[in-house]
Amino acid sequence: MHSFLQKFGRLLVIWLPLGWLGIFFMLPLVEMVNVSLSEARRAVPPYNPAFQIGKDGISFQPAVDNYLLIYEYWEDYLWPAVNSVRLAFFSTLYCLLFAYPMAWWIARSNKSLQHILLVLILMPFWTSSLLRMYALIGLLNPNGVINDFLIWAGITVTPIQMMQTDFSIYSGMILTYLPLMILPLYASLVRLDNSVLEAAADLGAKNWDIFRTIILPLSMPGVIAGCLLVFIPAVGEFVIPALLGGPEQLMLGKVIWTEFFRNRDWPVAAAIAIILIAIIILPIVYARYQDKESIS
Amino acid sequence: MTPFIRIQNISKKFGKLLAVDDVSFNLERGELFSLLGPSGCGKTTLLRMLAGFEKPSEGYIEIDGQDMANVDPADRPVNIMFQSYALFPHMSVSNNIAYGLKRASLPSDEIKARVEELLRLVHLSGMGARKPSTLSGGQRQRVALARALARRPKLLLLDEPLAALDKKLRSETQFELVNIQEQLGTTFIVVTHDQEEAMTLSTRIGVMDNGKLVQTGTPNEIYEKPETRFVADFVGDISFLEATVIQRAGKYWLMKAATLIHATGSSTLTSGMKVSLAIRPEKITLTSQPTGQLNEFPVEIEDWAFYGAGTQYKVIGPDGIKLKVYQSHNQPSQANPRQLETGFVHFSPDATFILEG
Amino acid sequence: MRSTVPLLVKLLAIAGFGILYIPVMMMMIYSFNRGKLVSVWAGFSTKWYKELWYDDVLLTALYKSLLIGFSSATISTIFGLLIAIAFVRFAHFRGRLFLSLVASAPLVMPEAVTGLSMLLLFIAMEASFGWPSGRGVDTIMIAHATFGMCFAAVVIQTRLRDMDKSLEEAARDLGGRQPFVFLSIILPLILPSIIAAWLLSFTLSFDDLVIASFVSGPGSSTLPIVIFSKIRLGVSPEINAIATLMILTISALVMIGSFLVLRRDGKK
Repeated sequence: MHSFLQKFGRLLVIWLPLGWLGIFFMLPLVEMVNVSLSEARRAVPPYNPAFQIGKDGISFQPAVDNYLLIYEYWEDYLWPAVNSVRLAFFSTLYCLLFAYPMAWWIARSNKSLQHILLVLILMPFWTSSLLRMYALIGLLNPNGVINDFLIWAGITVTPIQMMQTDFSIYSGMILTYLPLMILPLYASLVRLDNSVLEAAADLGAKNWDIFRTIILPLSMPGVIAGCLLVFIPAVGEFVIPALLGGPEQLMLGKVIWTEFFRNRDWPVAAAIAIILIAIIILPIVYARYQDKESIS
Repeated sequence: MTPFIRIQNISKKFGKLLAVDDVSFNLERGELFSLLGPSGCGKTTLLRMLAGFEKPSEGYIEIDGQDMANVDPADRPVNIMFQSYALFPHMSVSNNIAYGLKRASLPSDEIKARVEELLRLVHLSGMGARKPSTLSGGQRQRVALARALARRPKLLLLDEPLAALDKKLRSETQFELVNIQEQLGTTFIVVTHDQEEAMTLSTRIGVMDNGKLVQTGTPNEIYEKPETRFVADFVGDISFLEATVIQRAGKYWLMKAATLIHATGSSTLTSGMKVSLAIRPEKITLTSQPTGQLNEFPVEIEDWAFYGAGTQYKVIGPDGIKLKVYQSHNQPSQANPRQLETGFVHFSPDATFILEG
Repeated sequence: MRSTVPLLVKLLAIAGFGILYIPVMMMMIYSFNRGKLVSVWAGFSTKWYKELWYDDVLLTALYKSLLIGFSSATISTIFGLLIAIAFVRFAHFRGRLFLSLVASAPLVMPEAVTGLSMLLLFIAMEASFGWPSGRGVDTIMIAHATFGMCFAAVVIQTRLRDMDKSLEEAARDLGGRQPFVFLSIILPLILPSIIAAWLLSFTLSFDDLVIASFVSGPGSSTLPIVIFSKIRLGVSPEINAIATLMILTISALVMIGSFLVLRRDGKK
C-alpha cells in the first residue's frame, strides 16, 4: 500500500505539470503550425484549418501560401526581421557596455553594499516594462523632461527628435534588459578569486592587462549567458517598438500583433511567429554547441 | 655593508586593529627565512606588504638597496606564491608560467626556453599543455612555484606553501623546496603556522605573536633557547614548572617546585625569586625503578599515547605538578605502557631553561 | 586591492543606475503635478490620485488583474514545485527530456508568439468541444499560469538543488516516512524560494500586456491592457499616478522577497 502511494505520488508529480504544459504550451505551438499552413478566408475563424477532423474523417491539406506570401512581399517582412536582429544585437551590446562596469563594481563591493546594489538592480526588473517605457516617453518626448531641460539651458532651440528613433529603442531596451545582463555577469565576477588578480599584478600585469588576460576570459560564461538573456527576448519585443519606435523601427513582435489584430490575417501572423522562433533558436543552439566544445 | 633586505619598524593598521606592530628584521642574500606564528598573528599581512598589496601604515622596506614605498606590485623584484596557488584556470601550465615573462615583453623563443627550463626544474616536463584543473595538488603547487620563479625575483614570498598538501607529500615537497632554493640561491620568505615546517625548511625563523616579531633565530636557537613563554609553547611541546629560587649550587641553581630541582640559570637570579622553569618532553627519562640521578622524583602515569617512533606520557609528580614526557623507542617497544602506573622521572639540569613570567 | 575600482568603471556604473532609475523617478515626481501638461510643473497636487479612485474602468481592470495574478501565481507555484521536485529528486523518468523542453521553452518564447499560439488553441478547442466558451479571465489565468510555472520551477529548483541531501537522509534514517519528511523537513527549508516563486509569478502576471491582449475577450481587460490603450493616447498625469502606485507596490513586494532570499543566503 505504501509503495503504491509512493509510486502514484511520483506519477502525479511528473504527469500533472507535463500534462498541463503539453496541453497549454506544446499543443498551441502545434496548432500555430497548423494555422500557418492554413488558407486565410473571410469568416470566423478567419482561416480554413489545414488539419481537420470532420464528418469526412481526418484530412490534412497544408497550404504553403502564407510562407509564399511572406516571400513575395519580402520587403514588408524582411525589414522587420532585419530590424529585430539589428536592434536586438546593438541593444545587447549597449547593455553589456553598462552592465559590465556595474557588475564589476557590485562584485568588488563589500557584502552589505553588495546586497543593497543587487536589490537596486532587481527592483526595476520586477516592475512592469510597460510602465517603465511609459516613464521613458515622458523623458524623451519632444515636450519631455530632457528637451525642456536642453531648451532651458540654451543648448538647443527646437526640441531634439528622440522618440521613434533607434536611440529611443536602445534606451528602452537598456532600461528593460540591463538587470538581465548584470545578474549573470555579477555571478561570474563575484566567483573570481581575488588572489588570482593579485597573482597577475604580482607577475607584472597592469590594470588593462589584468582585465584583458584574466578578468575578461574568466567572466566569458557570464558574458555569453547575459547576451543570450538579453538578445532572445529583445528580438521578440513588442512593447518597446510599439511605444518608442517609429516605422523605421518596426520589429517582428509588432508585425505579428499588427497582422493579427489589424489585418486579421491569422495564418500570416502564425507564419511570422514561426520565423521568429527560428531566429531565436539559432543563438541558443550556438550557445549549447559552445558549451559542449568547452566541456570537451 | 647594508643588508640585502631591510624591514624597518613596519606597522600596519586596519581601522583600529594593529595587525603588524613595529616589526624590524634584515635578511642576507640567499636566506630561507620563515615567519612562524598562529593564524591572525599578522604574518600574512607582513607578507602582503612585502609583495606590495598592502601599504605599510608606518615603516620602511628596502630590497637590494631600493626603497619599496612607491613601487607597484607589478614592478617589484618580488614574487609571491599564494596559499591557494591562484593559478589561472583558463590557461595551460606553460601559459601560467609564461605569464610574467610575457608581461615583461621578452622575445617568444626566450620565453619558450625559460618555460621549458622551469618545467624541468619542478619536474613537470611534458605537462606544459595541461590545464591546472587536470593536475594533482602537488603538481599545482609546483606550477605555482615555477610561475613565481619565472621572473627571477630577488625575493620569493611563499604563503603557507605546503598547507594544501597531504602529510606524506608535504615532507617530500619540503626537501624539494629547499633543494630548489639552494640551487637558485633566491632569497625566500615562507609564511607558516606549522612549526615543524618552519624548522625543516628555514635557515632562520622569525616567530610572530599578535603583530609583533617576538624572536628571530636559527631553528636550533628557537627550539633550544626560546626567549619567551609564547615561543617555547608555540614551538614544540613543553612543560612548565613554577619554581622558587633557593640558592646557587655549583654551576646550577637549586630551586623548589614541589620537590628540589637543579636547573641552569643566569647569574641575575637571586634567592626567593619566582621563575617559570621549562623543559621539553624528550629531555625527560621515565624509568620504572629509581636510578639515583639528579632531578629524580616519583610520578603517577595519568595518560599515554603511542606515536610509533615513541610514546608520549602525561605524568603527575609530587604536589600535583604535571609534566609531559616523550620516550623514543630505541628498541622495539615491548612494554605495554598500560601496565606502568607509576614510575620515576629524571632529567639533566642542562636541559632546563628559565623563562620570565 | 578589493577597493580599487577604476574611476571610469564607477562612472559607467553610476550612469547605468541612472538609466534604471531616473525615468521612473521623474515620472513619480510629475504624478504630483497639478497641471494637465506633463512636463510643465504647475504646483504640487494629489488630485490625479484622487481621480483614479473614480475611474471605474481602471478599478475594474485592477480587480481583474489582481484576481488573475493571485490565482495564476498560486497554480504556477504548485506546478512549479512539482516540476522542481521531478527534476531534482527523480534522476530518470520517462518524459524527462520532454518535460525539460516544455518547462524551459516558455522562458525564451517571445510573448507575442506564446499569446498568439494560445489564442489559436483556445479557438480550436472551442470549435471542437465548446470549451472555453469565449475568452476572458479564465483563459488569461491559464496562459499566465502556464509561463509562470516555468519561472517558478527555476526559482524553486535552484533552492532544492542547493539543499543538503544528507538532511533528508538523516530524517529518514531517524524513521521519517517520505511524505512526512517532505512536509516536516524539505518544505520549511525551501519555503523562502516558494514565496519568491509566487511573488515572481504574480508580478509576471500582473505586468503582462502582450499575452493577456491575445487571450482576453471583450470585457476582460486587465490593468496593463487598459494602461496601454491610455498610453497610446499620450502621456497624462493620471497614468503617472497609477504607474507610480503600481511600481511602489511591486517594489515593496520585491523588497520583502529579496529580504527573504538574502536572509537565507546570509544564514548560509
